[in-house]
Amino acid sequence: MELIRLSKVTKRYKNGVTAIAELDLKIKKGDFVFIIGNSGSGKSTLIKMLYREEKPTMGKIIVGGIDVARLINRRVYRLRRKLGIVFQDFKLLPKATVYENVAFALEVLGEARQDIRQKVIKALELVDLKDKVKYYPDQLSGGEQQRVAIARAIVNEPKLLICDEPTGNLDPKISMEIMRVLETINKLGTTVIMATHDKQIVDEMQKRVVVLDAGRLIKDFEKGTYDYEVV
Amino acid sequence: MIMKLFRMFGRSIRDAYRSVIRNFSLSLASISCITVTLVIVSLFTMASYNVDNFTKLIKRDVTVVVFLDNDITPEEINAMETKISQMDNIAKYEFKSKLEIKEQMQSSSDVFDRIMSNWDNKENPLQDTFLIKVIQIEKIKETAAALSALDKVSVVKYGEGMVEKLVFIFSVIEKGTAGLVIGLLIVTAFLIANTIKITIFSRQTEISIMRLVGASNLAIRLPYIIEGLFLGILGSVIPIIITIYGYTIFYGYFEGQLFSPLIRLVSPYPFIYIISLCLLGIGMVVGMWGSARAVRRHLKI
Repeated sequence: MELIRLSKVTKRYKNGVTAIAELDLKIKKGDFVFIIGNSGSGKSTLIKMLYREEKPTMGKIIVGGIDVARLINRRVYRLRRKLGIVFQDFKLLPKATVYENVAFALEVLGEARQDIRQKVIKALELVDLKDKVKYYPDQLSGGEQQRVAIARAIVNEPKLLICDEPTGNLDPKISMEIMRVLETINKLGTTVIMATHDKQIVDEMQKRVVVLDAGRLIKDFEKGTYDYEVV
Repeated sequence: MIMKLFRMFGRSIRDAYRSVIRNFSLSLASISCITVTLVIVSLFTMASYNVDNFTKLIKRDVTVVVFLDNDITPEEINAMETKISQMDNIAKYEFKSKLEIKEQMQSSSDVFDRIMSNWDNKENPLQDTFLIKVIQIEKIKETAAALSALDKVSVVKYGEGMVEKLVFIFSVIEKGTAGLVIGLLIVTAFLIANTIKITIFSRQTEISIMRLVGASNLAIRLPYIIEGLFLGILGSVIPIIITIYGYTIFYGYFEGQLFSPLIRLVSPYPFIYIISLCLLGIGMVVGMWGSARAVRRHLKI
């Protein structure tokens, strides 16, 4: 079953730059997909359009049954509640503990305290940070901070996890740890889309790879590697 | 759904409280800003209200007295009454014959009674009068002139000079203070919006995370609006204390009148409570408005 479908999607910025051109893409439920390409290839724009930070200029984007392009700003939260998003710079609240950071995602949705507690603990167990609930972000390593961010992204049990260069700030060993966490989450049924530059990760994971160049889809491998010749 | 809203509201109150404490220096800046303005607003409102009160009292007290010639006949009095009733700026008029005045004076004092009891109508040196209240005190001079131009009018008195000066001064003060208060409120609202904007600017990450995890605009705004409300309430504490104690002391010191019994001050109760409530209300509204305005910029609406 399809979770994401892009049909003839074009994104042209106001300055005239075309970031994505006539892109067609389908992603099935439960997939793990890497989006790779050079800087300026349109990876980030594609990712941003999936969580409706950017709107396509033309074309149709369906994410989990929601027509993203036609979603008005006021209703964007409806889409975001179905997604988890992880960034390169973690985006944690510096003055809140690990627990508070993860719970924050549920609190703003008005969940009951009891439910919040259960879900937060479960998410922190999954990323193996249960023993650091009372730590503040600045007391954690980069890898641990990213795991907190992942826990926050999955605490609401989203169907889709979107990762924008999540290992960009981490060394190779820690990056692989993060990938193992993402793989576990994927195996539990969450679809994972990840934009990355990291050759080693893509080669090692052996997942579907979508290659972008100048905003166009140029290759789509079922079990691909980071092929320098095409990128 | 209702439970969720209820919890969201509860969380907003908790977050607003935490935020005031955590961002204490910035909160203090907003609170001081509200305090200073509300103190000024309070002073000017009290002054303005008192001035308004003086003017009303003077307007109520001022009477134009038209003294008529001694040889005036009852027909001429009737004719004059008709003319006065047709003139502009006349709120009320009343004819008082010299006999009535004599009787009034006699009843007011024994000395007068003894002297005046022997006067018959011909010997009575008092004059028939019209007592007139005007509508617009600012035009009293013109009205008095028009009255003295009438036939058989001997003299027109209304405490000229003094009344006009007072009325002029009061109207200037009144208009000036009203303008100032309105201006001040607008300036404060923007100042507070800016101060809160700085507070919120430092919490952009928080807002962007809220948006990412799927918080609705209302859920994002609510804690900030409640925070603005808190700041407004905290900011109005000192102005309210100053209003209540300051005015009571001021009123007591001057024994309820300023310079002359003609200028009576507004009694402190319930005046100071009304002003205090207004200050609290202004603080709350301005605080909430400032916050809502400041956070709006960070939302995609």
